[in-house]
Amino acid sequence: MQVNESSKEFKPCIVAFCCNWCSYAGADLAGSNRLSYPADVKIIRVPCSCRVNPLFILRAFQRGADGVILCGCHPGDCHYTTGNYYARRRMTMLFSMLDYLGIEKERTRVEWVSAAEGAKFAATMNDFISTVQSLGENRKLRDLRCKE
Amino acid sequence: MQGIIEKVTELLDNGTVDRVLAWKAGEFSYDRTPAVFDKESGLYGLVYDSFCVNNLSKYLIEESKKDGKVLVLMKPCDSYGLNMLIKEHRVDREKIYVLGVPCKCKVSVDKIKATGLTGILDIVEEGNDIKVTTVYGDTTLDRKDVLCDKCMVCKDKVVVVYDEKIESDETAGIEKLDRMAEVEALEAMTPDERFNFWRSQLSKCIRCNACRNVCPICSCTKCVFDNDNTGISSKANVDSFEENMFHIVRAYHVAGRCTDCGECSRVCPQNIPLHLLNRKFIKEMNELYGTYQAGTDAEAKDPLTAFTKEDAEPSVIYNR
Ligand code: SF4
Ligand code: SF4
Ligand code: FES
Repeated sequence: MQVNESSKEFKPCIVAFCCNWCSYAGADLAGSNRLSYPADVKIIRVPCSCRVNPLFILRAFQRGADGVILCGCHPGDCHYTTGNYYARRRMTMLFSMLDYLGIEKERTRVEWVSAAEGAKFAATMNDFISTVQSLGENRKLRDLRCKE
Repeated sequence: MQGIIEKVTELLDNGTVDRVLAWKAGEFSYDRTPAVFDKESGLYGLVYDSFCVNNLSKYLIEESKKDGKVLVLMKPCDSYGLNMLIKEHRVDREKIYVLGVPCKCKVSVDKIKATGLTGILDIVEEGNDIKVTTVYGDTTLDRKDVLCDKCMVCKDKVVVVYDEKIESDETAGIEKLDRMAEVEALEAMTPDERFNFWRSQLSKCIRCNACRNVCPICSCTKCVFDNDNTGISSKANVDSFEENMFHIVRAYHVAGRCTDCGECSRVCPQNIPLHLLNRKFIKEMNELYGTYQAGTDAEAKDPLTAFTKEDAEPSVIYNR
C-alpha cells in the first residue's frame, strides 16, 4: 500500500449504509445541529442494518467507493428487534474475508449510532474519512484478478 | 464391493427402490463417473472403489424430483452435503434410500500423474499398493502417497444420514493433517503478501463455474451469476464486478453452510485452492461463534442464521 504525497488532496468516496430508524435520523440530527462532516459521504438509507446484503458492500467498492461504513441501531435497540445482531455476524465475516484477501481492513467499518447521537455520527464520519484518506484510493479490491 | 452389489440388487429386485445412483466405470480402469442404473439397464458397470471420488449428494436434487425411489451410495463425507440438502429442502428425503458405504480414503489420479508418470494405460489397486501400467513399464506406488487432499483432512468415517449402511473397519492408516494449517500460514503473512497470493491464484480462474456446479451447498435453482435481473449483471461494469468478486461471493454464499467436502478445490481445472476461502470462514465462525460442523444433522442452525447478544463486534478484526 503506497500513500502518495498528494494523499492530502485525495478525496475518498465513502458510502455509508444507514438504517432508517437510528443512524439515518442521527445523520439528520448532525445536519440540523450544523455539525460538519465532508460531503464525500454518500448516505444510502436502508430499512435496517440487516437489509445490507454483503453484496451491497462489494458492489459499492466495485463501483468506486474507497471506504464503506454500515451504521445501525445499537445492539438491543433495533427497530425490528434483532436485525442488527444478524448484520453484526455477517459484516464480521465479510470484513474478515476482505482482510484475508489482503484488502486493507480499515476500509470497512460498522458503527452503531442512535437517533440521538448526531455528534457521534459526525465524529465517526470524520474519523472514517481521514482513515480512508490516509489509505488512498481503493485499488486492490478492484483488481483482485488482474483485470485492470 | 461385492456386498454392495448384492445389497443393491436385492433392493432393486424387491421393489424398495426404482433406480440406483452410483458410480460407473469409464473408459479407463480408473475413470469413475456418477451414473444412474435401473432394472432395465441392470447394474452393469457399477463400481465402488478407491477411485469413486465424486460427491453424489447434489445429483439427488434432480433424482428425487423424478417418480419412484432412488437408492444412493453415500460415502461418509458426502453424507454431510446430503444433510444440508435435506435441511434446506432441496431434496425429497422420502424418495431417497440412502445406503451408507465405507470409505478408506480415495486415490487421486491427479496425484498419481503428478509423480511424473506419463503414458498411463492402467491403474489397479491391490491392498495398499497402487500398480500403474504405463507405456514405459510398470510402477508400484504406495497408496498413502497418492490419496486425495480432501481425504487427508477427513472429518471422520461416519455416514451421518442413512437408511442402511454397510460397515467396514478398513482404514487408510494415515495421520490426519490439521486442516487449518494452511489458513494459519496465510493469516501470518502481511496483507500485501496475502493480496499477491490471492491475486495470483484468482487470476487463473477461467470462470468455468465448475466449483459452483459441483457444490452440494451451491444449489440455488437460479444462481445470482446467471440471473440477468440482479444488480450483479444487469448494469454496466457487469463483467468486472462479477469477474472480480466471483470468488468472494461464492465463498460467502456457502459460509456457515459449507461442509468442507473439498469438491470445489478438487474440480477446479486451474487448481485454485478454493478450500482456503471456505476454511477461513469455518475457522472464524468456530472461533467467534462456537464450533460448528455443517451437515452433522439436518436441524442445527448455522452460524449466520443465528446470533447471541454477546457476539463479538466487527471491530475484532481490526484489533488483531
Ligand atoms: S464449498 Fe466446496 S468444500 Fe464446501 S460444500 Fe461446496 S464443494 Fe464442498
Ligand atoms: S472451478 Fe476454478 S476455474 Fe472454474 S470457476 Fe471455479 S475457481 Fe474458476
Ligand atoms: S432498525 Fe436499525 S438496525 Fe435494525
